[in-house]
Amino acid sequence: MSPVTYVRAPSATEAVRMGSEPGVRLLGGGTNLVDLMRKGVEAPSGLIDVTALADRVEQADDGGLVIGAPTRNSVVAAHPLIRTRYPMLSRAILAGASAQVRNMATVGGNLMQRTRCLYFNDAAGSRCNKRVPGSGCDAIGGSNRYHAIIGGSAACVATHPSDMCVALAALDARVRIAGPNGVRTVQLVDFHRLPGDRPDIETVLDHAEMIVAIELPAPLKALHSGYRKVRDRASYAFALVSVAAGLSMQDGRVRDVRVAFGGIAPKPWRAIRIEEALRGIPLVPETTAAAIEAEFAEAALLPGNAFKRELAKRTLTAMLNELAGDDA
Amino acid sequence: MAIRVNGEDVPPPDDIRVSLLDLLREQMNLSGTKVGCNQGACGACTVLIDGRRVLSCLTLAVQADGKSVTTIEGLGTAENLHPLQAAFIEHDGFQCGYCTPGQICAAAAMLEEAAAGMPSYLTSDLTTDRIILSREEVQERMSGNLCRCGAHNGIIDAILEVAGERRP
Ligand SMILES: Cc1cc2nc3c(=O)[nH]c(=O)nc-3n(C[C@H](O)[C@H](O)[C@H](O)COP(=O)(O)OP(=O)(O)OC[C@H]3O[C@@H](n4cnc5c(N)ncnc54)[C@H](O)[C@@H]3O)c2cc1C
Ligand code: FES
Ligand code: FES
Repeated sequence: MSPVTYVRAPSATEAVRMGSEPGVRLLGGGTNLVDLMRKGVEAPSGLIDVTALADRVEQADDGGLVIGAPTRNSVVAAHPLIRTRYPMLSRAILAGASAQVRNMATVGGNLMQRTRCLYFNDAAGSRCNKRVPGSGCDAIGGSNRYHAIIGGSAACVATHPSDMCVALAALDARVRIAGPNGVRTVQLVDFHRLPGDRPDIETVLDHAEMIVAIELPAPLKALHSGYRKVRDRASYAFALVSVAAGLSMQDGRVRDVRVAFGGIAPKPWRAIRIEEALRGIPLVPETTAAAIEAEFAEAALLPGNAFKRELAKRTLTAMLNELAGDDA
Repeated sequence: MAIRVNGEDVPPPDDIRVSLLDLLREQMNLSGTKVGCNQGACGACTVLIDGRRVLSCLTLAVQADGKSVTTIEGLGTAENLHPLQAAFIEHDGFQCGYCTPGQICAAAAMLEEAAAGMPSYLTSDLTTDRIILSREEVQERMSGNLCRCGAHNGIIDAILEVAGERRP
């Protein structure tokens, strides 16, 4: 662990200016970065603490909300407007980590957190293309229970571990980014990259840029929604499979549906194909099963994670049935 | 600036790599806060910063600059036990005691969170501010604190007793 400097950014503009220095990293709650520094996976030369910047949840003109990037995960989950208008987001955050970690973790840090792949986190003993490009991947022939079944590559099958981002993907959230040339906005589903042959490049964020906020569009009307997480123990564990889903039915048919998966892909996985297949039809077991199976037709299963295809299918099916309730 | 620990001001360390946990234990001799995993997975190092429960192993001491830190030493004393400390003794809420300071700091903050209406993963109605601390709710809200002795039943009993006393 060897950073040399620590400063608290007085403004986002200053954070961008100071953060663009090579080797310097932004610091949110530190729940991931401090750990990775201690493990020797990350070695920043300086830290810019962004937690004193705008950490608010504000109403936007279009009926949506803007969540400042330094807002703590626990504050977002408990916020009255999030609880009432975007309950799926509250539930996803509350499914993650522990109360202590959620009190520390920021929204920006949650998006940027690195994978929990054992080999990525073992700087001393393992090969990892994400940590050291070109060095190889010990997960593909090793322990891969927590790894991806879709979206991975021959170079890397690590998953993005966030629960919060899965709900954000289903909610059509946008990421507001500030850089030396001003502010830009990207869809959350386009923010994280698939690994391809460069698993070390995880997002579209440039080193000189920072996340300033998450924008949530106005909530969809009459959408029943929820978040279900399947894990190795009842609480305080990363997802094997998680599902964020929203559903509204009309006259026995699916009017609108939103589906995103966690735990099975290198990024929060919005399942557009399942949504398109289900929209406008009744929720019949055979067609629902076929729609879900089509999403996983190209799944690349490894010995340790092959069970996830069936687990993902069953978890989503159970959720859709629950959300449809009496409307089905 | 300074870090206020149990009401006493201490300067932040020059070496920014020093964790809050190491500052407390090694520089201030406040050994009540324990080192378990040192990577966020066990809760033994739980302290309160400005009243919120956090992990001191994943907090750099400099991050607490200008803030107020409460450790187990600041919650109660041998002569004047915190109600949770008394309840842990009453209900055998420990065996070896290693996880206990973290459990008690976490529980103290957890009771405040529930009183403030903060939901958990198990809260079925997110629109209400009235949290009823059932056994399952306490288990979920305390899941960030592991106990390798398996004293969980006593720990939950102790917390439920104090929660019951606080109920209006
Ligand atoms: C024991 C444990 C269990 C966990 N379990 C779960 C779980 O079940 N589910 C889950 O979803 N998560 C889980 N987490 C992960 C946790 O959610 C993340 O560590 C946390 O969200 C990271 O946020 P942070 O503010 O602490 O980030 P930091 O550690 O401060 O930073 C992480 C990264 O984000 C960058 N960064 C921070 N802010 C910005 C910004 N504004 N713009 C650009 N870059 C930025 C930093 O430079 C760094 O690279 C767990 C963590 C721990 C330690
Ligand atoms: S020592 Fe901090 S969580 Fe285990
Ligand atoms: S009492 Fe021994 S670890 Fe909890």
